[in-house]
Amino acid sequence: MKLEEAVRELKMEVRSAAGNLSREVSGGYASDLLSDVMAHAGKDCLWVTVQLHQNIVAVAVVKELAGVVIVNGREPDSETLSRAEKEGVPILVTSLPTFEVVGRLYQLGLRGTASC
Amino acid sequence: MGKDRGIGRVQELTYELKVGEVMTREVITARPDCPVGELRELFRVNKISGTPVVDGENLVGIISIEDFIKCLAGGEMDCSVEKKMTRKLEVLYADEPVVHAINKFERYGFGRFPVVDRKTGQLAGILSKGDIIRGLLNKLEIDYREEEIHRYRASHIFEDILADKTVITLRYNVLGGDFDRAGISASTLKKTLTRLGFAPQVVRRVAIATYEAEMNIVVFAEKGEMVSHIYPEYIQIQAKDKGPGIEDIEQAMQPGFSTAPEWVRELGFGAGMGLCNIQKSADEMVLKSKVGKGTDLQATFHFPD
Repeated sequence: MKLEEAVRELKMEVRSAAGNLSREVSGGYASDLLSDVMAHAGKDCLWVTVQLHQNIVAVAVVKELAGVVIVNGREPDSETLSRAEKEGVPILVTSLPTFEVVGRLYQLGLRGTASC
Repeated sequence: MGKDRGIGRVQELTYELKVGEVMTREVITARPDCPVGELRELFRVNKISGTPVVDGENLVGIISIEDFIKCLAGGEMDCSVEKKMTRKLEVLYADEPVVHAINKFERYGFGRFPVVDRKTGQLAGILSKGDIIRGLLNKLEIDYREEEIHRYRASHIFEDILADKTVITLRYNVLGGDFDRAGISASTLKKTLTRLGFAPQVVRRVAIATYEAEMNIVVFAEKGEMVSHIYPEYIQIQAKDKGPGIEDIEQAMQPGFSTAPEWVRELGFGAGMGLCNIQKSADEMVLKSKVGKGTDLQATFHFPD
């Protein structure tokens, strides 16, 4: 599935790197611990989290994630967004909570990724 | 994959490039009191099909070849441009991203839009679809060449250096508590290693370990450094700090064990998995630490044949 499909289906709002939505998403991972994402998220997967800190961008770059979904209507600050823009990491926001987001992504056909 | 990325880059460029960068700056214009009949020569000589109408410095309208044809059919060649032009103007601003322009072309179906400077309100240029395509192609070519040059230079570095032993050392300073710049060494090193032509799998493993080691310095030490030694056969990273040191290394290596303060954990750090992640990514890991003195971590990554 392409990232833009997920954006459309879940009516998420794109906060950065809007030009990168044609990326193919390989699966999903949900966690709020950065090292846990570092350890387990797969390449090109979509990461669902409540974290807003700039460091989510570094994690996404190092793990080559397709994008970051920030849940519960939380808004990342401008530093996070400008770093995401610079690195080409799409940040998507939604008012839905994690459980709901993951459930819907799963229904769209995304599966969990596990890799080291 | 390659194709997808190409499309992605073009889309990205439509956000990066500004209308002002791709527009035609030398605009042919008509005056409001000019008779419509004179447009024929203006259009023909300049091979254009429409032109903004400018009164002194101000943009007052736009007139196209369609307006001209209507006048021709109605025998109104002596009528002034002012009376036949479109006054309700759709303009673009020079500082808007090109993607706005593309949306406008789709929405209105016009062949061109006058471009206005947002500050002065004056005509700055004109934009057609051809200008956009030309602008995008130019930028793509520049990007492509720059990256090619970087890659070429970097990937030949070992061949070009003549020595009995070649080591490239990359040093990144890490400031304790600086969560805003945390992760920069890892992403910068990743970019550099990719340019040097190393296999993506190796680059990923090195980047993960570098990230975790960097975070440890940021969370626990006042300052430290990340040094990467690149050998023709392997990469070794070293994280050195003058931090508090680790009391019990065996305990620190346990997954989930962390001494990070609560506020750090709330940011999503301090999960107690950093060292395990480094060990899993690396082929070899050596951790030395003295309480009150600091910590020295080395991790080695061999290249698969």
